[in-house]
Amino acid sequence: MNAVVEEHHDHDHKPTGMGRWLFSTNHKDIGTMYLWFSFSMFFIGGALALLIRAELFQPGMQIVEPEFFNQLTTLHGLIMVFGVIMPAFVGLANWQIPMMIGAPDMALPRMNNWSFWLLPGAFGLLIASLIMSIMGMGSAPNFGWTFYAPLSTTYGPDSTDFFIFSVHLMGISSVMGAINVIATIMNLRAPGMTYMKMPIFVWTWFITAYLLIAVMPVLAGVVTMMLTDRNFGTSFFNAAGGGDPVMFQHIFWFFGHPEVYIMILPAFGIISSIVPTFSRKPLFGYSSMVYATASIAFLSFIVWAHHMFTTGMPVAGELFFMYATMLIAIPTGVKVFNWMSTMWRGSLTFETPMLFAIAFIFLFTMGGFTGLMLCIAPADFQYHDTYFVVAHFHYVLVTGAAFSIMAAVYFWLPKWTGNMYDEKLGKLHFWLTCISANVLFFPMHFVGLAGMPRRIPDYALQFAEFNQIASVGAFVFGFSQLIFLYLVIKCVKGGEKATSEVWEGAKGLEFDLPSPAPFHSYTTPPEVK
Amino acid sequence: MRAVTRPIGLACLLLASNPSFADYQLNLAPGVTSTSQNSYDIHQIVMWICVVIGIIVYGVMTYSIVTHTKAKKHKAATFDDNLKIEILWTVIPILILIGMAIPATSALLAMEDTSNSDMSIKVTGYQWKWHYDYVGEDVSFFSNLSTPMAQIKNKETKGENYLLEVDNRIVIPTGKKVRFLFTSNDVIHSWWIPAFGVKKDAIPGYINESWTQVEEPGVYRGQCAELCGANHGFMPIVVEAKSEADYLAWLGEKKSAQAAAAASGNKTWTMDELMAHGETAYNTSCGACHQPGGEGLPGAFPAIKGSAIATGDVAKHIDVVLNGVKDTGMQAFGPQLNDADLAAIITYERNAWGNNTGDMVQPSDVKAAR
Repeated sequence: MNAVVEEHHDHDHKPTGMGRWLFSTNHKDIGTMYLWFSFSMFFIGGALALLIRAELFQPGMQIVEPEFFNQLTTLHGLIMVFGVIMPAFVGLANWQIPMMIGAPDMALPRMNNWSFWLLPGAFGLLIASLIMSIMGMGSAPNFGWTFYAPLSTTYGPDSTDFFIFSVHLMGISSVMGAINVIATIMNLRAPGMTYMKMPIFVWTWFITAYLLIAVMPVLAGVVTMMLTDRNFGTSFFNAAGGGDPVMFQHIFWFFGHPEVYIMILPAFGIISSIVPTFSRKPLFGYSSMVYATASIAFLSFIVWAHHMFTTGMPVAGELFFMYATMLIAIPTGVKVFNWMSTMWRGSLTFETPMLFAIAFIFLFTMGGFTGLMLCIAPADFQYHDTYFVVAHFHYVLVTGAAFSIMAAVYFWLPKWTGNMYDEKLGKLHFWLTCISANVLFFPMHFVGLAGMPRRIPDYALQFAEFNQIASVGAFVFGFSQLIFLYLVIKCVKGGEKATSEVWEGAKGLEFDLPSPAPFHSYTTPPEVK
Repeated sequence: MRAVTRPIGLACLLLASNPSFADYQLNLAPGVTSTSQNSYDIHQIVMWICVVIGIIVYGVMTYSIVTHTKAKKHKAATFDDNLKIEILWTVIPILILIGMAIPATSALLAMEDTSNSDMSIKVTGYQWKWHYDYVGEDVSFFSNLSTPMAQIKNKETKGENYLLEVDNRIVIPTGKKVRFLFTSNDVIHSWWIPAFGVKKDAIPGYINESWTQVEEPGVYRGQCAELCGANHGFMPIVVEAKSEADYLAWLGEKKSAQAAAAASGNKTWTMDELMAHGETAYNTSCGACHQPGGEGLPGAFPAIKGSAIATGDVAKHIDVVLNGVKDTGMQAFGPQLNDADLAAIITYERNAWGNNTGDMVQPSDVKAAR
C-alpha cells in the first residue's frame, strides 16, 4: 500500500479521451460509468414500463399484442433488477467505499474495470433480443423475470439462449464486484478503523457482497441447467424426462430471495448515512444496525419457499417458511425504529437527500407491512401472483431501493462534482416523484386484493378505475425523471461550489476530502481514532 | 374510504376515451367458503395490526419532522443508544408475531385438509384453457374463454363478464366437499377462484390437491394466476354451484351430449357442415395463436393462411394437428379433440382464407390416422 501512496504526488494525472474510460482502473471513473449505465438502463426499463402502463390504461388490447406484452414485463423486470438497482449500488460502492475507509482506490482495480465492462455486453445481448422482436425476427424472453421452467425451457423462444448468456455475464460481473468490495474493505481500511468503527454504508455493502458471492453462482447454476435442458437433451426441469419443474423454483428462489436483500441492504446503509447528517445527531443504535443487517442476511437464506406457497408444498414446509419469514420483521423493525429514534429530538433540515430518505422510511415500511402480510401462508393463497404482490415489491424496490439511490446521488453529488446541485429543481423532482410513485403503486394494492392477477395484458372491467389511476401516476413518475437527468447534468457542468464538508456537520472520511474529491482519494491513509 | 375514493375513480372516468366499468372493490372479499373466510380473517387481523403499528411509527416520525427541526431552533440531542429500548422493540414485535402465527397456523391446517371429500375433479391446465375430468363419472370437457375477439379488440362493447366467461362451466354440487386434483399438460398454470380462496398451481408431472365446499348456489369466476405464455390473461375459470339435484341433472345431460358427440365421428359430413363446424372449432381451439384470420403472429405463431402444411399433403397436415410439433408451442390435439372436431378444423384450415385446396377431411380419415 505504501508504495502506491509514495509514487503519487498530490496532483492527479487523469488519462484522457476514450482510453480514460475503456481502460480505467480508477474507482471514481468506474463508479461514474456504473452510475451512468444504471441511469441509462433506468430510462430504457422505464420506457418499457410506460408501454405496459399504456396498454393497461383501459380494458381491451390497444397498443401491443399479448405475446409482446410478456416480453415487455420480462425485459422491464430484468433490466430494472440487474441493470438499474444492482449496478447503481455497485457504482455507489465504487465511489464511496475507498473514500469512506480512507483508501486510495479499490483493492483490485483491473478486475473492477472488467466487472463493469461485462455489463454493456450482457445488456446488449438482452436488448438486442428485444430489438429483434420489434423487427419481427423472433421473440425476446417472454417468461417473466423469474423465468419459471418449463415456460422458459421447453417453451422458451430462441432468444432464451441469449438471455442465459446475458445472465452469466451479469453474474460474473456481480461476483467480481463483490470480491473487490470484500478485498477492499478487509485490506484497505485506514489505521484505527476497526470493523465496528466502519461507516454503516460500508458495513451494509460488506454483508451484501457476501450475499452476492453466495447466490450469484446459484443463479449461474440454474441458467446453466436451463441451457443444457434446452440444447443438450438433459431433463433437469422437464417432467417428461424425469425432471422437476418445482426444483427450478427452489433453486431460483434460493438465489432470488437473498437477491432481494442484495437490492435493499445497501439502501439501508445509505439511509443510515443521510438521516443522522440532516438530523444533526449520531445514528441511533449503530451496533444494533450492524447486527440487524447481518440477521436479515442470514434469514434471507432460509425463507425462499415463501414465494412458492401455491406449488403444493407439504403443510410442514409451509409452516416452516411462514415462521422463518415472519422473523425477518424483527431486524427490519429494529432498523425502522432506529431511524425513527435518530430523527427524534434532532435538529432536522429537509434538503433533497433528506426528503428522499424520509420518503424511503415511510414507503419502504409500507412495503414491509405488505411483506409481512404476504408471508402469512393462509392469506398468501389469495395474494399470490396478484397485483398485491406487484404493489409490495414496487414499494420496496422503487420507493425503497430506487429512492435510496436518488437520495445517495443528491447526498454525494456535490462531493463527486465539487458543485452543489440545484436545490429547487431537486425538491421539485422529489415531490413529483414521491407523489406520482404513490399514485402509481398504491392502487395496485386494491386491484390485487380485488383479484387481478399479475402479468396479464388485459383485465376484467372491475379493475379498470385503479389501473387507469396507476397509469396516470406512471407517466408523471416517468417524465419526472427527466428533471433528475437535467439536474445531474447541470450539476456536473457547474454550479455553486461545494465545501469539503458539503452538509453542515456531515461526518465521515469522505467529507474530510476536498470537493470534488481528488482522483486517488486518500493517498496518505488518515488516522481514525 | 369508499366515499373518498369514489370521486377519484369518477374523475378518472373522464380521462377514458371509451370506458366501460364495473363495480370495483378495495379490500379482499370474504368469499363463500370456510377457506376463503379463513384467508379473509387472517388478512384482516394482520392488516389491522400493521395499520396500528404504522400509525404509531408514522406518528412519531411525523412529530419529529414537524417539531424537531432546525427551522424551529430545536437543539439536537446527542444520545445514540439505549439498550433497554432496543430490547423492548425486539421483544414486542416477537410477541405480536406469535399472536399472528397462532391463528395463521390453525387456518392453514384447516385449509390444507383434503381428507373425507365427497367427489373429485381432475383439473388439467393447457395453453390456454382448462380441462375438467369428473373422476369416476366419465364426464370430461375443455373450458375455453368465450369473450369474442371483437370485444378484446375494442370493436364491440365489452360485456359484463368481459374476460371472465367460458363456453363450458365447471359445475359442482352445493354442500359437498369437492376435492380438486391439479396437473398440467404443458407449462405451469394456477387455478384460482377468489371467492373460494383456492389457488393451486397446476404443474406438469405433479398432482396437487385442494378442496372446496360451497353452500350457496351461484356462479363464481376466477383466472389463471401463473404466467403461462401469450394468452395467460385469457384463460378464465367459471364455476357454477348447483343444488345436488340440479347437479345430477347436469351430469346426466353432459353424459348424453358426450355420447352424441362421439357418434358424430361415425357419419359422413358434407363440405358445408365441415366448414361451419370447423370455423367454430378453429376459433375455440386454434384462433388464440394462429388468429381468427389464420395469419398467425409473426415471430411467435406461424400463419396457416397460405402455409405449406395447410395447402400441401393432407396426411402431413393431419399429423401436425394430431401429434403436434415437438419443442414448439404446437400441441398435440389428438388427445384433446374428437374426430369430428379435428376433421372439421383441418378441412376449414385447408379451405378458408383463400387456401381453397378443395380437400375434405372426414372424421374417419382422422380416426385412421390416429
